[in-house]
Amino acid sequence: MRYDLVLKLAAVGGLALVPLSGADFYTELIAKTLVLAIFAMSLDLLVGYTGLVSLGHAAYFGIAAYTVALMSPKYEAASLWLTMPAAVGAAALAALVIGVFVLRTKGIYFIMVTLAFAQMAFYAFHDTPLGGGSDGIYVNMKPTAEIAGFMPFDLDNPTHLYYFILAMLVLVYLFVGRVLQSPFGRVLVGIKSNEHRMQSLGYVTFRYKLAAFALAGGLGGIAGYLYAVVFGFVTPELLSWHQSGNVLLMVILGGMGNLVGAIAGAFAFVAMQEVFSAWTKHWQLAMGLVIVAAVLFLPGGLSAIPARIKRALQGGSAND
Amino acid sequence: MDFASFLIQTLNSLQYGLLLFLVASGLTLVFGIMGIINLAHGSFYMIGAYLAFVLTSATGSLFAALALGIPLALAFGALLEWALFSHLYKRDHLEQVLLTYGLILIFEELRSLLVGDDVHGVDIPAIFSASIPLSDVLSYPVYRLVISVVCIVLAVALYFVIQRTRLGMMIRAGNHDRVMVEALGININMIYRVVFALGVALAALAGMLAAPISSVFPNMGSHVLIISFVIVVIGGIGSVWGALVAALIIGFVDTFGKVLIPELSGMVVYVVMAVVLLWRPEGIFKKG
Repeated sequence: MRYDLVLKLAAVGGLALVPLSGADFYTELIAKTLVLAIFAMSLDLLVGYTGLVSLGHAAYFGIAAYTVALMSPKYEAASLWLTMPAAVGAAALAALVIGVFVLRTKGIYFIMVTLAFAQMAFYAFHDTPLGGGSDGIYVNMKPTAEIAGFMPFDLDNPTHLYYFILAMLVLVYLFVGRVLQSPFGRVLVGIKSNEHRMQSLGYVTFRYKLAAFALAGGLGGIAGYLYAVVFGFVTPELLSWHQSGNVLLMVILGGMGNLVGAIAGAFAFVAMQEVFSAWTKHWQLAMGLVIVAAVLFLPGGLSAIPARIKRALQGGSAND
Repeated sequence: MDFASFLIQTLNSLQYGLLLFLVASGLTLVFGIMGIINLAHGSFYMIGAYLAFVLTSATGSLFAALALGIPLALAFGALLEWALFSHLYKRDHLEQVLLTYGLILIFEELRSLLVGDDVHGVDIPAIFSASIPLSDVLSYPVYRLVISVVCIVLAVALYFVIQRTRLGMMIRAGNHDRVMVEALGININMIYRVVFALGVALAALAGMLAAPISSVFPNMGSHVLIISFVIVVIGGIGSVWGALVAALIIGFVDTFGKVLIPELSGMVVYVVMAVVLLWRPEGIFKKG
C-alpha cells in the first residue's frame, strides 16, 4: 500500500516537472492529456464502478465548455470562481435530467439511449444560433482567478494554467477515490456486480444510479470547462459521439474500474494519436486496427498487463 | 401547406422511413438474436452507397451495381461475422462497443484511401428519371416512388421469410432462447452468420438505393446509425415489426419537423424517443 502511494506521488512529481523543461509544445500536450484524464475518470465512475456503459458522456463535457463560452463577455475576462461552478453545475443538471430518462433502460438500450441523448444535445448547439451554431464560439479571454482584488494565480500564464489543471486532476482523483470508499460508493459497486441483490437489500438503486450519473456528468463538466479554458474555442464537435467513443476508449484502454488506469488510458490515447498522426494522415486506420486487436487479444486493458506478465512468469502454478 | 406539398412531404416521409427500416431491421435482428450492439452498422450503409458509386461508374448502370453489390455485401457480412463478430458473442457489451467503434474508424479511413474524401453523385437510372407533375410548379420524382416500392416489397419478403419459412422459424427461436435452439440440434452459428450477412446486405442496399438522391459523402453512415438506434429503441429490440412502425414514425416526424420547425428539426426525433422511453422503456413492441 505504501509502495503504491510512493509511486503515485512520484508520478505527480514527475508531471509537476514538465513545465520546468521549457518545452511548450509538450507542456500544452500534457495539459490537454490531463484534461482528458479527468474526463476519463469521470466516465470510469459510471462504466467501471457502477456498470453503466454510457456512450454519450461527451454531452456533459460539451455543455460545461459551452457554459463558460456563453458566460464570458467578449472583451473582458469572466471570473473563474463564478464560471467554474456554473459550468460544472450545468453539466451535472443536464446529466440529472437526462439520467431520469436513460436510467429507465438497461444494457444495450442504455448504450443506445445515452448516445441518442448526447446527439440531441449536439443538435441543440449545432442547429441553433445559441452558441454560434456549427461554427462554434470563442472564449477570447481566459477566466480570471482574481477575488476581491487579490490574484492567487493567472490562467493566462501557461505554467499557472498547467499547475491548475494538474491540481484539478489530483483533486478529482482524491474526490472520486473518497466517494468510492464511502457507503454511497460501495452501493454503486454493489449495483455493478448485482443490481437485483442490492434491490432486495432495500436499496432504491435508481436513485443511486441517478446520483452517480449526475456526479459523473458534473466531473466530466470540470474537464469540459478546463478544455474550453485551455483551447479558448468551443464547437459542437465537443459533444459529438466520436468524443464519447474516444473517452470510452480511454477508460477501456486503461482497464475499467481503476482510476489510475483511466489516467493511463488518456495518456495512451493521446500518445497513439500523436505517434500515428505524425506517421500518416490516415492515422485513424492505425487507431482502429489497434482497437480491434486490443479487444480480440487483450481483454482487461493495459492495467491487466502486469497481472498477465506475472501469470506468464509463474507459468503453470497460476492455473492450480 | 397546400395539398400538393403536403402530398410530397407525405411521400418523402414514407420513402425516408422505409429506407431507414432497411437499415434498422438488420440492426434489430442482430441485437435481438445475437445480443450484439453493432456501432459499425451505419458503416454498411456508407459502404453500400460507395459501392453504388464505384460500381455505377464502372458499369454505367445502377442495376448492374445492385446486381454486383448485393452479393458482395452478403459475402462481406458473412466474412466479418466469421472473422470478428463470432468472437464477440460471449463478451460484454462494452467490448462490442469498442470493437465496432474501431471498425468504424477502419472503414472510414479505407473509404478515404480508396475513394477519397470528395462528395460524389450517382445518376438516377434513365427509366426512373422522370417526375410526376402534381401541380403547376410541383412534381414528384419517380425514383423516390421506386425506392418506396422496393422497400415495401423487401419488408413483405422479410416478413414472409421470418414468419413462414423454416429459416425464419429458427431465427425466431434463436431470438427467444438460443441455448434451447442449440440443444435441439440446430446449428446456431450458421443462423448467426446468415442473419448478420442479411443485416449487412439490407443496410448496404439502403445505401445503394439512397445514393442517387442523397449523394455519397464521408461519414454518411453515422447519422443513419444513430437514427437507427432511435428506431430500435422505439420499436423494441428484436422486433422487425416494431422497427417498421418506428421507422415510419421517425420518417414522418423528421420530414415534417424539417418543414414545420426547421431550427429544431435535428432534435425532434430524439424528443419522440424520450417520450416513448417515459411511456414504454422497452420499446413499443417489446413483449413481456
